[in-house]
Amino acid sequence: MTVMALAFYLFAISAIAGGLFTVVSRNPVHSVLWLILAFLSSAGLFVLLGAEFVAMLLIIVYVGAVAVLFLFVVMMLDVDFAELKAEMAQYLPLGLLIGLILLMQLGIAFGAWDAADGAAAARAAVAPEGVENTAALGLLIYDQYFLLFQLAGLILLTAMVGAIVLTLRKPRDIKRQDVLQQMWRDPAKAMELKDVKPGQGL
Amino acid sequence: MTSTDLNIILPEILLALGAMAGLMAGVYGGKDRSAGLICWGIAGLMAALAAFIGLTGFGDNVAFGGMFHDDGFARFAKVAILLSAAGVLVMGQDYMARRGLLRFEYPVLVALSVVGMMVMVSAGDLMALYMGLELQSLALYVVSALRRDSVKSTEAGLKYFVLGALSSGLLLYGASLVYGFAGTTVFSGILAAAGDGQAPIGLLIGLVFVIAGMAFKVSAVPFHMWTPDVYEGSPTPVTAFFATAPKIAAMALFARVMHGAFGGVTSDWSQVIALISLLSMFLGAIAAIGQMNIKRLMAYSSIAHMGYALMGLAAGTQFGVQAMLIYMAIYVAMNVGTFAFILSMEQDGTPVSDIRSLNLYAKAEPGRALALLVLLFSLAGVPPFLGFFGKLYVLRAAYEAGLVWLAVAGVIASVIGAYYYLRLVYLMWFGAEGSSVDTNRAPVLWVFLMGSAAVMVFGVINLFGIEGAAAAAAATLVP
Repeated sequence: MTVMALAFYLFAISAIAGGLFTVVSRNPVHSVLWLILAFLSSAGLFVLLGAEFVAMLLIIVYVGAVAVLFLFVVMMLDVDFAELKAEMAQYLPLGLLIGLILLMQLGIAFGAWDAADGAAAARAAVAPEGVENTAALGLLIYDQYFLLFQLAGLILLTAMVGAIVLTLRKPRDIKRQDVLQQMWRDPAKAMELKDVKPGQGL
Repeated sequence: MTSTDLNIILPEILLALGAMAGLMAGVYGGKDRSAGLICWGIAGLMAALAAFIGLTGFGDNVAFGGMFHDDGFARFAKVAILLSAAGVLVMGQDYMARRGLLRFEYPVLVALSVVGMMVMVSAGDLMALYMGLELQSLALYVVSALRRDSVKSTEAGLKYFVLGALSSGLLLYGASLVYGFAGTTVFSGILAAAGDGQAPIGLLIGLVFVIAGMAFKVSAVPFHMWTPDVYEGSPTPVTAFFATAPKIAAMALFARVMHGAFGGVTSDWSQVIALISLLSMFLGAIAAIGQMNIKRLMAYSSIAHMGYALMGLAAGTQFGVQAMLIYMAIYVAMNVGTFAFILSMEQDGTPVSDIRSLNLYAKAEPGRALALLVLLFSLAGVPPFLGFFGKLYVLRAAYEAGLVWLAVAGVIASVIGAYYYLRLVYLMWFGAEGSSVDTNRAPVLWVFLMGSAAVMVFGVINLFGIEGAAAAAAATLVP
């Protein structure tokens, strides 16, 4: 057994174990830690496949940001996880069904898939030759797929405008401080001195 | 990427820049006070781009390695999209302003969604298709929920968003299966891979999912459930927009994907689309009978009309695509006029959409009632008007392609559907005495209503020459 194969089985087993314990562990904080293990093992699998950029992305984005966010949510929000766990049995059949469908899809993909004659060659032809995959992705995204990249930017702009349109409310009954107006006020007009006679009031 | 590529997508770049300039002007300028000006500016830009594309566009230009096609088909659809979007933007401005809905983001979002539509009709690649579709839909989700203090409007936005996301998921799943088969996402590559007329099961499943995703976007049965609620809940100008430009874009996209990528397996998809078309025609005709809200009625009417347009596509021939393009152009012209009327329906300054408020409308406003009568007859497909010729084209296309049963069913459905259009006419002339609707006398609405009715009457002479343009457009898509 080569080192590669050994590493593959190690990562694969720890990924599956991580996923399994994420679901079954009692303490939610442990769940998140197991999830991080699953992410890390998947990153290892990507490195074995030669996709080091995706592996690093997985660690930086998922472990670095998403999982830590989960951890904060779990520790800071008062969510009754015991209650959520109790509902798990109710969703188990649905989960099993989805799992079964995924298995069947894998079966089709590896067993009975009919690809066109030149499909494998066409798939490989897109990737630039002789550069590591970070550079290859850059070449594709900023050159060949420039149009798609820019359109994705427009979609994000639309999403941002939309979020602001739908949620931003101008406060109506709040008086805001206008510093310039305050400084430019004329004391002579703002104040009035009254000579109040003793014992009478205004 | 070269300057030639950028030159080919120049209209899209200009419109996107126009939208961003409008956004800047709105944010740093007069906020919502400048919204009317931005509306007119963007509508003017759209009209100018339509003229630019229609007059100077020539030949079959391919950009970005086959991802973007600027051909006769795309130009026909783009001119129709830009003109109808500009018209609806101008038409709805007064309505939005009086209800306090005219925010400066509205024209910007409409412009961005039109950019998405232009990319959709030009897409030559599954990824470009998806990008255009998402850009279009995302902006539409937002404008449908624009009246955010109303429960119905937010419900419309949320419903549209959730179901739209589901349909995008279906489309993407189908696209991934197609990619798995062909090894490429470029339409010409898929056409070459599936060109021999034999489709393996994986490709077929992918094809069906792609069709399902796009049928949602054109609101064809059985993916129509969102349409009545979204049409009813959205502000009326937004509903008018939904009923026009996005429908042409989605229909043109449908035709491009089917013929451009799956042209080799026509017999496989033509039966699916024929079934969708049949169901849409009948559901649209029957379900509209019970509707009292004119916006819901128009929603079911649009479902039925999409069924007819799909009939042209189901024929799977060049003439079928031509018939579909003519049908869509006429449909949009009719709908712009009808919505100009719906926008002018109000009682004591608030909009009404109940059709019973049209009782004896003809006595109060004979001119407008006559114009609406022409439009309704045209929507129903009654012979002297233009709508009849649209139906004639698609029926002929289906008949010539051997789908006689579909053509016969189409005629039956159009007879059933005529009932609810004629009921509106009946109410206007012979309805019961009752509180009648007032009319908003904005000149813009009058111009669009009368103009659209005039098109329905005088268009029968030579269809304003769109027959030749549609034939040329169809010829660039289907060899």
